[in-house]
Amino acid sequence: MVKLTIDNKLVEVAEGTTILKAARQAGINIPTLCYFELDGMKFENKPGGCRVCVVEVEGRKNLAPACATDVMEGMVVHTHSARVVNARKTVVELILSDHPNDCLQCSKSGDCELQTLAQKLGIREIPFKGEQSTYKKDSTLSIERDMDKCVMCRRCETMCNSIQSVGALSAVNRGFEAVVSPAFEQALADSSCINCGQCVQVCPVGALTLVDNVGDVMKAIADPKKTVVVQTAPAVRVALGEEFGMEPGSIVTGKMAAALRRLGFDYVFDTDWSADLTIMEEGTELLGRIGKVLGGDTSVKLPIFTSCCPGWVSFYEKNFPDMLEYPSTAKSPQQMFGAVAKNYWAEKLGIKREDMVVVSIMPCLAKKYEAARDEFKVNGNPDVDFSLSTRELAHMIKQCNLNLTEMPDEDFDSPLGESTGAAVIFGATGGVMEAAVRTAYEVFTKKPLENINFLALRGVDGVKTATVDFAGTPINVAVVYGLNNARAIMEEVRNGNPRQFHAVEVMACPGGCIGGAGQPYHHGDSGIIRKRMDAIYREDEGKPIRKSHENPSVIAIYEEYFGEPCGHKSHELLHTHYFDRSKKVEKE
Amino acid sequence: MHVLVCGGTGCKASQSHEIVENLKSALVENGLQDEVQVITTGCFGFCEKGPIVKMMPDNTFYTQVKPEDARTIVEEHIIKGRKVTNLLYTDPETNEHVSDSKHMGFYKKQVRIALRNCGFIDPENIEEFISRDGYAALGKCLTELKPEDVIQEIKLSGLRGRGGGGFPTGLKWEIASKNHADQKYVVCNADEGDPGAFMDRSIMEGDPHTIVEAMAICGYAIGATKGLVYIRAEYPLAIERLQIAIKQAREYGLLGTNILGSGFDFDIELRYGAGAFVCGEETALIHSMEGKRGEPTFKPPFPAVSGYLGKPTNVNNVETFANIPVIINRGADWFNKIGTEKSKGTKVFALAGQINNVGLIEVPMGITLREVIYEIGGGIKDGKEFKAVQTGGPSGGCLTTKHLDTPIDYDNLIAAGSMMGSGGMVVMDETSCMVSIAKFYLEFTCEESCGKCSPCRIGNKRLCEMLTKISKGNGTMEDLYELRNLAAVIKDTALCGLGQTSPNPVLSTLDNFWDEYVEHVVDKKCRAGVCKSLMRYEIDQSKCVGCTACARNCPVNAIKGEKKMPHTIDTEVCIKCGACIERCKFGAISIK
Repeated sequence: MVKLTIDNKLVEVAEGTTILKAARQAGINIPTLCYFELDGMKFENKPGGCRVCVVEVEGRKNLAPACATDVMEGMVVHTHSARVVNARKTVVELILSDHPNDCLQCSKSGDCELQTLAQKLGIREIPFKGEQSTYKKDSTLSIERDMDKCVMCRRCETMCNSIQSVGALSAVNRGFEAVVSPAFEQALADSSCINCGQCVQVCPVGALTLVDNVGDVMKAIADPKKTVVVQTAPAVRVALGEEFGMEPGSIVTGKMAAALRRLGFDYVFDTDWSADLTIMEEGTELLGRIGKVLGGDTSVKLPIFTSCCPGWVSFYEKNFPDMLEYPSTAKSPQQMFGAVAKNYWAEKLGIKREDMVVVSIMPCLAKKYEAARDEFKVNGNPDVDFSLSTRELAHMIKQCNLNLTEMPDEDFDSPLGESTGAAVIFGATGGVMEAAVRTAYEVFTKKPLENINFLALRGVDGVKTATVDFAGTPINVAVVYGLNNARAIMEEVRNGNPRQFHAVEVMACPGGCIGGAGQPYHHGDSGIIRKRMDAIYREDEGKPIRKSHENPSVIAIYEEYFGEPCGHKSHELLHTHYFDRSKKVEKE
Repeated sequence: MHVLVCGGTGCKASQSHEIVENLKSALVENGLQDEVQVITTGCFGFCEKGPIVKMMPDNTFYTQVKPEDARTIVEEHIIKGRKVTNLLYTDPETNEHVSDSKHMGFYKKQVRIALRNCGFIDPENIEEFISRDGYAALGKCLTELKPEDVIQEIKLSGLRGRGGGGFPTGLKWEIASKNHADQKYVVCNADEGDPGAFMDRSIMEGDPHTIVEAMAICGYAIGATKGLVYIRAEYPLAIERLQIAIKQAREYGLLGTNILGSGFDFDIELRYGAGAFVCGEETALIHSMEGKRGEPTFKPPFPAVSGYLGKPTNVNNVETFANIPVIINRGADWFNKIGTEKSKGTKVFALAGQINNVGLIEVPMGITLREVIYEIGGGIKDGKEFKAVQTGGPSGGCLTTKHLDTPIDYDNLIAAGSMMGSGGMVVMDETSCMVSIAKFYLEFTCEESCGKCSPCRIGNKRLCEMLTKISKGNGTMEDLYELRNLAAVIKDTALCGLGQTSPNPVLSTLDNFWDEYVEHVVDKKCRAGVCKSLMRYEIDQSKCVGCTACARNCPVNAIKGEKKMPHTIDTEVCIKCGACIERCKFGAISIK
């Protein structure tokens, strides 16, 4: 242990603690800007670049960045001496002097860490006038870049490289011209970006934001010729409340359904329903492949990788084009829902697919990209017309003068609104695998599962592995989030799959979809992600049915429409194929 | 008899290779090719008077030699034994020819340790290096000294890093030696980037083997088997000579496995930098070698703990390494008697600016600026008044007459508001405007900042903009106070050495030339006549005869007046090009 004094307070902390953390332990909050940590989730960005967290250390000639300086025995630290406050203010004034003063229109207003910092430091004017950086605006289907607002905190770069190993963003140029950009300042859409949007989730300012589709949806609702159907992903219901001041982890499923109805959606359905459908298809595919391999067929590949996460799909298409036969061909729940809605449900209603607008509410930004993929369109008409993030839904609700907290609890519409606990847990890392095992076990062994809670697959670890005993047949599964972890497993599989995995779940975002880029900003508080995760499993526990294959409306649609999982009709509507998109990466 | 011809980059650019060719053919014509050897050496340092040809053994020092002088040197000096007087150096004070370089003001006070072989040996010939005790130090280390003894010797010598920081070299080695790892690295920082500084280049061009030897000694001391030289790609001659030296050392068994039968393995690779100034900072240098963006990271961890590829790495600058073999050969006690209490040995300076003897000098620590400028440098050009000397490169500060008698060492220069840096020394006379000088250096640091930390990325840009505003005559007193505050905050908060020192030119000129700043701001006047915006062209009505020469030559028609009547300049339109002054035969136009 190391003893030191911070602001005249004696503090004792473990060796190797930074001044910043030591101060926080002592209840002293040193402001930061570039520093970002997801505690327990292996994400840490501390380039020591912004210099906002500087403090005075007695005996040291210059100020020390608290985020990057380790404590030393007997250290005497001042976090708010006149010298420190002047330096900190000057640094923030400098940053503001190269930042557009458009807070009123900025989509990040109210959620902006620079704005909060400037307020906290009481900055009322910027003494420095001079050139401002101007860059071309750039956008993918999911992400908007306005680098005029970039403060060079490098969080996006760390996320894109260290956590996701995507390598789309890095600092380019020098000095005042230095900025984070794809290589050679090409458009992000032409880079190796996979639209996971985690750069947006960690951006402290409005430099990286989402592509806002609220206007498109409002227009569709206002169009009397359109039947507007909405589906909501599992992770949305445990995070939306945060946007309305509710505690993280509040479950707002019923209030959300009520709000959606009041917003004017004609049918309020649930992506959870199609998550159950996904399990039927993916589980059957898994068992089919295992059966074939056990029967000596070497043409099928194991492990099967989940394919629900569009960032991950894009990642393996760009980076592992030689392994496209590994992932499940099952579409994601969003796209399964879209296909069912625009075919089955449109037929039921007796309307043309062009007159139906399917909107999804997702914790995700890559879903915007996924919805726009060509293979999910029929004659140019997409199965899912618009994908809104949790944050966009919150803005839409606020725009329409509704208060989520005051909404009554309402149910989803039938039949595409009925779901099981297995579907809800899709929202957390490990959930898809657990849901799949719940069904696959019973289908494979034809015996009821005694304990349906697979605790080994839960929790915020980036990599989890388990062996499940399918009545004598050991099934090896892995669950990862963060595409760097996924890359390691892909490479392991490419090198002969030494751990003999049968199935691997991959989610791009920290903690799975609950930590998605479309969720309310967590500002580095991994406690928020954990609370959302707890809520997911509470929602599961509370469901009367907790196995996908027992979902009555899923059973019904197989009887009425699809026949059997992985059958002819489901292959047509519920399965997809993948493309080698690596050439684009090479060209870059 | 030997004829030494400087083959440094400067003299090479002035056709020294043709001098060599012409000398050789003149010798052949006279049948002397077996008697007299012509040797291309490294830099002599006296670049002002290059190309240099030196006759050995009598030390005759010929300056500003042209290719056509080669024949005369052979016929007069070599055959007839008569010195070629018109090529001898003329002492500016006595106006007498000085033939022996030892008696020239430029060399008299120099003590050459790091540059000991520059100008004496053919850098491409390992035998010549060996004949001057080359590789003796490595041999001594491998056969007589334990690694800890080597470190102890360097510690006792008091040698400090010559790249700018001045960190004790022995201590650095000791830290690296104590960090155990399967692989360690010795890195030579040859990313010399200060404008005008070229001591590292000269050492590598003139004595590359000394770097090879010193790196091997360092590898032995800290337990590293791999050496890397990070050298700027803009130094092709230095690269070539280092490559030759490495190859020769391998052939002689002085690099490679089991060196001199000691069981010690060491080899060196070159890595090329793309010329980013910040890559001279050791963490940025390491990132650049790793193929990453060349930008610094916070220390600790120091490279000695986690450096190249995460392994313990010792980074020393070229000049630092050049001192190592001498310390081992002559002993720490010999070395630490040179210099001041806390700064031992010598320092190489690149003398530049408004000074008579521009060139590379090596002087003992503790020498005064006065001795350097007036005795070695030969005083200010054209008899002008000394105004300031800028030391330490773009991160240094400007010192004035009051500092002339300060003994130069690491600590005194910092105390005076400047720094040693890598040893740039730019002398300025009364025609230098201190606001413009500060702006010049700031423009350099703005260009070379990596952009990682906000104070350096944005702060230096703002400093530069404020200085521009002041030099344009738009500054206010508030700007001067803000300038000082911002400069102090940048110094206090920037991430790396570049940012922490970049405001030095501003702060030191504010301290030493406050009046000049105030003049720019209040009187809208630049006393040195450098800031164009503050200049005003005026026609003296009593002297103007109305010849119209000025009006006809003014490119912007700013001059009006009737023929044979005094003219006037519309200062709003005038672009201050000076064409009118050149044309006026009556001295009627002046700058106010």
